[in-house]
Amino acid sequence: MNAFWETSTFFGIFITLFFYGAGTVLKQKIKHPLMNPMLFAIIFTVVFLRLFGIEYQAYNNSAKYISYLMTPATVCLAVPLYRQLDTLKKYFKAVMFGITSSVIITMLSVLAFARFFGLDRASYVTMLPKSITTPIGIGVAEELGGYMAITVASIVISGILGNIFAETVCNFFGIHEPVAKGIAIGCSSHALGTVKALEMGEVEGAMSSLSIALAGILTVAAASVFATLL
Amino acid sequence: MKLFKQFTIIIFLSFLGEVLHTLIPFPIPASIYGIMLLFFLLERKVLRIDDIREVSDFLIFIMPLLFIPPAVGLIDVWDELRASLTAYVTIIIAVTLIVMVATGRITQWFLQNQKEKET
Repeated sequence: MNAFWETSTFFGIFITLFFYGAGTVLKQKIKHPLMNPMLFAIIFTVVFLRLFGIEYQAYNNSAKYISYLMTPATVCLAVPLYRQLDTLKKYFKAVMFGITSSVIITMLSVLAFARFFGLDRASYVTMLPKSITTPIGIGVAEELGGYMAITVASIVISGILGNIFAETVCNFFGIHEPVAKGIAIGCSSHALGTVKALEMGEVEGAMSSLSIALAGILTVAAASVFATLL
Repeated sequence: MKLFKQFTIIIFLSFLGEVLHTLIPFPIPASIYGIMLLFFLLERKVLRIDDIREVSDFLIFIMPLLFIPPAVGLIDVWDELRASLTAYVTIIIAVTLIVMVATGRITQWFLQNQKEKET
């Protein structure tokens, strides 16, 4: 049976759209933060593949075409950012200060945990780019000699966590300024979190979009310095 | 025709991003160059939001969908992850939370300071 799945162009695309669509319909009925259409689709796609013994490669041979839209979609994040140009100009210093701090905090906390767990250098540098956007993160992990597949996994999981819990975390810890929320979300959970930030409001979405670009670029520089510290 | 034009503009900017990514020896992906290009063109008024509005709204709307195939790929790295599972999982969850809270609070503190000075 795998032979057919491997050659099908639309099977993987279809089940991805189907489960995402089903998740979206369910979300309208069940209004709970954990009822997240994307998470729903990920879980059900995994279950479906396992149930029918379909290899990930066979699924991805088709589903990868969906992900090709990632670059154009990310480029479009310039639109909400441009709409908030005045906000950005007004709070430029706070924005830059927040994003720079986030990169240093990420590096320091990964270093502290790596020391605590006694990780080897390769596992440590694997985790350094965990909060930034996948294409930059892969580049950093490769450059520093980390395990790229695990870096990708950590980036995706950070993004899913941010997407699901951002609103709850911001409320709980008294982060109520839209600019601060957007930066917190973009710096901790990149594009996946940004999707949530855009739902929360346009200022949040714009600041989160900006954070993806700036935190990503700053991490390239910071990670190469921090890689020498373990 | 309108949607066709919008889509072509966005794909062209993505392509220019790829060109820059190839020419400049930094691990910065095409998409980030693309954001900067589009932002610059909007700011310089070379492009107006109307030139790309519907297609860019659509692409941003379907963004969560685009993450599903790579996330499903987590099943393939499970064996590698398992070696140091506790360490990895703790780091991923704790650092995401720490960074979100600390960054949010620091930015908010800076903003409120700035606002107080203005008034």
